[in-house]
Amino acid sequence: MSHFRSEIYQRAEELVALYPRPRSAMLPLLHLAQEQDGYLSDEGIAEVAELTGTTPADVRGTASFYDMFHLEPVGKYVVGVCTNIACLLAGGEEFLEHASKKLGCPVGSTSEDGLFTLEETECLADCNIAPVVQVNHRYVRTTTPETFDAMIDELRDGKLDHDVPSHGTLIRVRRSGGLRASRQEVADQRIAAKAARDQRVESEAK
Amino acid sequence: MSDVTRTTVQITLDGRAIEAKPGELLIEACERAGTYVPRFCYHPRMEPVGVCRMCLVEVDSPRGATLQPACYLRVSDGMNIVTDSEKVKKAQDGVLEFLLANHPLDCPVCDKGGECPLQDQTLAHGSGETRFIEEKRHFVKPVEIGELVLLDRERCIQCSRCTRFASEVAGDAQIAFAGRGDLIEVATSPTQPFDSVFSGNVVQICPVGALTAKPYRFSARPWDLEQVESTCTTCAVGCRVAVQSSGNRLTRVLGVDSDPVNHGWLCDKGRFTLESVDGNILSFDPLKATTRITEPLLRRNGELVPVSWGQALAEAASLLREASAKPGGVGAIGGAALTNEGAFAWERFVRGVLGSDSIDAQYGDGLDAALLQALPMATIDEAASACTVVTLTGDLREELPILFLRLREGAVKKSSSIVEFAFGPSALHSLARVSLVVRPGEAHIVAQAVASGSEVPVGVAFSEEELREARRLIGESGEGVVFVVGRPNLAEDARVMETAIRTLAERFPDAKFLPALRRSNVMGALDMGLSPNLRPGRGFNAHKGGRDTLSQLEALRKGDQWAVLLLGGCLLGNVADPDGAQKALEAADVVVVTGHGGATLAYANVVLPAAIQHERSGTVTNIEGRVTTVSPKIVPPGSAWPDVAIAAELAEEFGQSIGLTSVEQTSRAIEETTGYPALSVMNDEVYDGVVVGRNVTPSPRRTLDPMAVPGIRSANAVGLGSHTGSTVVVNATGSATTSSATWNDVRAGRGLDVPLADAYALRVVLSRRLYDRGVAMQGSPALHGLIPTTTLHLNHFDLDRLGVESGDVVKVNGPKGTLELPVVLNEGVARGTTEIIFGTLDESGENVVKELIDGSSVITQVRLATR
Amino acid sequence: MAALDAPRIVTSRRDFADSFTLARYLDTGGYVALKKALTMFPEAVAAEVDAASLLGRGGAGFPAGRKWSMLRKSPISYLVVNGDESEPATFKDHYLVERDPHQLVEGVIIAAYALQVNQAFIFMRGEFALGLERVQQALNDAYAHGALGSKIFGSDFSLDVVVHPGAGAYICGEETALIEALEGKRGFPRIKPPFFPAVTGLYGEPTVVNNVETMSNLPWIVNNGGAAFAALGGGRSTGTRLFALAGRVKNPGVYEVEMVKNTFRDLIYDPQLGGGIIDDKQIKAFIPGGVSAPWFGPELLDLPLGQDEVAGEGSMLGSGSIVVMDETSCVVRAVWRITKFFSRESCGQCTPCREGSGWIERAMYRLEHGGGRMEDIDLLLDLCDNIAPGLTWPPQQTTICVLGPSIPSSVHSAIQMFRDDFVAHVQHGGCPHE
Ligand SMILES: Cc1cc2nc3c(=O)[nH]c(=O)nc-3n(C[C@H](O)[C@H](O)[C@H](O)COP(=O)(O)O)c2cc1C
Ligand code: SF4
Ligand code: FES
Repeated sequence: MSHFRSEIYQRAEELVALYPRPRSAMLPLLHLAQEQDGYLSDEGIAEVAELTGTTPADVRGTASFYDMFHLEPVGKYVVGVCTNIACLLAGGEEFLEHASKKLGCPVGSTSEDGLFTLEETECLADCNIAPVVQVNHRYVRTTTPETFDAMIDELRDGKLDHDVPSHGTLIRVRRSGGLRASRQEVADQRIAAKAARDQRVESEAK
Repeated sequence: MSDVTRTTVQITLDGRAIEAKPGELLIEACERAGTYVPRFCYHPRMEPVGVCRMCLVEVDSPRGATLQPACYLRVSDGMNIVTDSEKVKKAQDGVLEFLLANHPLDCPVCDKGGECPLQDQTLAHGSGETRFIEEKRHFVKPVEIGELVLLDRERCIQCSRCTRFASEVAGDAQIAFAGRGDLIEVATSPTQPFDSVFSGNVVQICPVGALTAKPYRFSARPWDLEQVESTCTTCAVGCRVAVQSSGNRLTRVLGVDSDPVNHGWLCDKGRFTLESVDGNILSFDPLKATTRITEPLLRRNGELVPVSWGQALAEAASLLREASAKPGGVGAIGGAALTNEGAFAWERFVRGVLGSDSIDAQYGDGLDAALLQALPMATIDEAASACTVVTLTGDLREELPILFLRLREGAVKKSSSIVEFAFGPSALHSLARVSLVVRPGEAHIVAQAVASGSEVPVGVAFSEEELREARRLIGESGEGVVFVVGRPNLAEDARVMETAIRTLAERFPDAKFLPALRRSNVMGALDMGLSPNLRPGRGFNAHKGGRDTLSQLEALRKGDQWAVLLLGGCLLGNVADPDGAQKALEAADVVVVTGHGGATLAYANVVLPAAIQHERSGTVTNIEGRVTTVSPKIVPPGSAWPDVAIAAELAEEFGQSIGLTSVEQTSRAIEETTGYPALSVMNDEVYDGVVVGRNVTPSPRRTLDPMAVPGIRSANAVGLGSHTGSTVVVNATGSATTSSATWNDVRAGRGLDVPLADAYALRVVLSRRLYDRGVAMQGSPALHGLIPTTTLHLNHFDLDRLGVESGDVVKVNGPKGTLELPVVLNEGVARGTTEIIFGTLDESGENVVKELIDGSSVITQVRLATR
Repeated sequence: MAALDAPRIVTSRRDFADSFTLARYLDTGGYVALKKALTMFPEAVAAEVDAASLLGRGGAGFPAGRKWSMLRKSPISYLVVNGDESEPATFKDHYLVERDPHQLVEGVIIAAYALQVNQAFIFMRGEFALGLERVQQALNDAYAHGALGSKIFGSDFSLDVVVHPGAGAYICGEETALIEALEGKRGFPRIKPPFFPAVTGLYGEPTVVNNVETMSNLPWIVNNGGAAFAALGGGRSTGTRLFALAGRVKNPGVYEVEMVKNTFRDLIYDPQLGGGIIDDKQIKAFIPGGVSAPWFGPELLDLPLGQDEVAGEGSMLGSGSIVVMDETSCVVRAVWRITKFFSRESCGQCTPCREGSGWIERAMYRLEHGGGRMEDIDLLLDLCDNIAPGLTWPPQQTTICVLGPSIPSSVHSAIQMFRDDFVAHVQHGGCPHE
């Protein structure tokens, strides 16, 4: 039995099919597993191992290299506050302290209601609005303690559900289109192109 | 391009001009020139990764001299390498200081202390004082990551040797790096412990004390250890090992890097079953396989009681003499666990003193000795580098683990293709280019189909394409192809496999064969003549009418044979029909020569205690016919004797002499009378002798690398020779009556009548696992948790068809009785068959083989009582 | 005064709120360049890029044309676009993927055509959720529009482009680590040689890796010709470039300016650009090209924004990120935070980088938060020297990739320029600014 829901499983298979080798789908699949479970559960990891032809230890080891993957359950909202250089110069550390107070949990942990997990992040590449805050990797452009508090309250009340999906959902735009040609056809084209090129290079050399 | 043919390149090393091999790694070139470059992550048997940065040296480049890792860069002509400049020293000292920054200061309680390259480097080059005053990294320690291995993450220096071994060499990445930066740790998945059968290797190659072995932990200090180099006789691959003891207690076995055989690796069974040698001496129960027999025993009033050697020998001689009065009245069974010298002595005794040709080292679980002699033999190297390897064996990872590693390497590097005769689940399956599903009783039919190359026989479970692809890979004459042949199914008459093998051998005359026989020195025992038609030195002598093991058991049951000499105590645990064997022993006078007790001793009249592995010297022969030494590390307990002595003394009781007085002198006798290499191997004049009838280029063992084999450095200190590996060719020149076996002598292919498969039944594949109920496993408490209980393995089609689910306990009706067993889903099992593991017990401790296997039938079928 | 009359090459749609849509893109000349390119020989397209002398915008500044032609001997199998942008205070690619995804896509198709590859991957930083969606949408639209997929615009050329999300690891911006991540592994940079993925890249096959901004320049170059591009800027630094300006400036943001014709002072002080320092304070120091680069003091404000010009002064233009510190900024704290970043982001393979970054970070923490010792200052320099022997620029390295030798940049610069600040921290038992 698949741990993935059927819709997720179907997307997983589509992802695997996008790459020349199944293992390449590792990161997208792990994002997908997180979309379903909110974090990487043992079952989700086993499923990804199966789909990529690897072992659970390997998948887990790979996932743990990346900050966006959570091997333990996290809140519905993962709040990241950047304290890297640009934000530091704009008071990012003080801001992080404020966020911790507002959410009632230390950095790196989850609020009591299980709704928020607070993280200190590295540069989020939005330095023009430093200090930067993101929720579930979506930027919500708040720069002051007041707007931050308002945002948290709105999240709590579910008013931002549309803008900020639960943690784990990354790309809501489904891929459409793509090379409909069969893999064989693409391969043939590539070979033909190479042959043509070889010929040209050869004739140039002469 | 004249470069291509160049065999050396000129490089400059610290101002000296030296020669190097083109494309060789700097670190190796330097080492051969006598310059040791410090290293941690580099391992000669794995791809270089250059991550620890310890081996930085200066190399000239277009941008001037730059620091480069010597373990990764390859030499090129004119290269200028500097290893002794200030810049190099500063870089190396810097790396060392960084490595020590987070390394705990627990050397005094670390297993690795005393043989730790990090410690050694620090003592040699480190500054006395640390500049690191920060809080060190902390992890909970140690973590039990598997049944046998403990992990201390604080000590880890992230060299990735263990994780690379797991994925690159063993091919099962049950351990992997987790985390990033200085939080990197080696980790398992919580859902899958580190239970690889190769787990001990990571302990051996860990350059620090991060990975330690539970059985060895805290048991000794390296400087207290003495060691000898020897050969592992747990299975018949013949891995070279260093056996270590502290006083007279065995403490550890390490793999030694032998080019033609094990490349330094060992399986966990070979490495960790040391305790079984000591055996259970405290609670003496001769019927327990774990009990070490330390004194001669005699049956008095139904009980085995200790007696003197004199009494025991006299009684044994009288029983055997009486039986030998009648033609065919006596025979011997077993001997695969002996050294060549021991086997040679017993052969002389049985043929010379007892006058019997009924002698057989195999338990009906091997292959016809004549067939083995008639086959053109391959070496392990040849199999590992063959363009195509065809396996007709059980799961090699379970049967001959290091052979599996060697074959896997070829397949992964794409230098060889694997064609698999798939009898059941196998670790090589995923690497096989073609898998031909073979069910019990079909091997010879499939072989015939492969031989003919076109006709897919009716009823087999593979397609025409697969057959064609197999044939394409094997080619017309089998040139460059190695067939690895064994007994994947012990519930099947040996003649099925033998016929298959013969068919292939005759069809593909240029192919070579590597026997996948599993029991330690079985090849040596056969070469010493422990088979009805064989004579010492690979001699063959047909039509003498001696009985093999199965015929002896039958003769004993029928009263045609009266007495049997068992060379090794575990007959009942090793035959596929223990019921029949038991009846045979009940009817006979039984003399047992053994190191361990066991159920068989319930039928023994006399038991003679013998020295076993790690207590004796001599030579052994592995599956490819390579002769190597075994060396004693400890003194045998009690009054156990070497086999040569027992055979000689027993002969004395008959008033005869077998002319053998010591192991050394027996070796000489073997070599002088048969030309088989023994004494010269023992004396290190000739190292490994390969007795396969043709020349093999000598392959010296790699220089002992302290980083590859921790602890081995002290080996030189205790006077170990540092070489093995040249070869000798022997033409069997035994007595004038012997010759070599020809196809005419091979029994296979005659009168094989396979019963039709019953559509409602499941054909049984009785296969072997590395971890079984044998004495090695039972006698090693550290490994108990790994012994599986019996289950029935079925694929999902059959589960569905029978309406059972994985995990259900079902009633199984076998030809001899009924058992309740849990079923397990296993897609590697062919449809219509079920796999049962040999040598396991069910929940109630019953040996399933006894109930379910019909040893007298060509194949065994069982039915599940479905709901 | 800044020279601002150069054309906007990659930010021409910056004034449109819907700049990311296909409709707007087509309205503003979108996919014209692609159609033009498809009528040319692939080699001719590559030749235009070569003529433009377009330097890679990812950090190393290697000429894109040379990268492509160097590989002529063995045909390229894959094109990979580097959209991992994680260098602190660099946010120009983020701008491009969110605001002008079609321009990127068109650039990718042009490059793929020039290289004759049929499979391209856009590796994008995972945290760019909106960017990922916008680029995926752009790809979907391009497929529907016939600009992508089988037989593009009726030509014989077919291309598939896959967006590959990263998952939070700075090191995946390093091209070989990126390839490992694309192969589904831990982002460990590959050891060199081979030095270029063009030799052995994705799946061991020849692969070209280029930055998002590099790709985004291609439509303009094809439309206007390489020569027009090369006419802008000066020396080896042709064209315009995106600079991400951050820190203590009034108007932080992404600005496209002509290279060499402008100086750091122009960028920081021009009212149309940075607008000067907050509260009109004095500039203390600035980082000219991402936190991997050695710092500059105010005396170098008049240095032109050119690759070689900056290199000549011992630093690099790198990723095009400029961070300004003023007299109120604590340089010790800045160095500590930068080192903390490297310590967190070191992949962990190489001992000097893994252990060195953590050690330096902890020592810097003590200096900033109390517990610093005088000898720590020279200890820091010596640790830096053990990671990048000689502390030269470009650095020598004891590691596999250049993340390691980037660690010393800020430590070494700050100690050299502001040793007194370090001493003051030791004497004060922590940061005197607090
Ligand atoms: C540690 C490190 C991080 C890097 N990060 C990025 C990055 O985020 N984006 C990028 O385009 N290049 C980055 N690079 C540079 C790439 O390795 C590579 O040179 C570049 O993507 C090539 O594209 P270009 O020639 O178009 O500049 C990084 C390099 C290093 C060593
Ligand atoms: S220098 Fe650092 S980031 Fe680069 S490969 Fe080495 S450890 Fe990884
Ligand atoms: S880097 Fe060469 S031995 Fe580790």
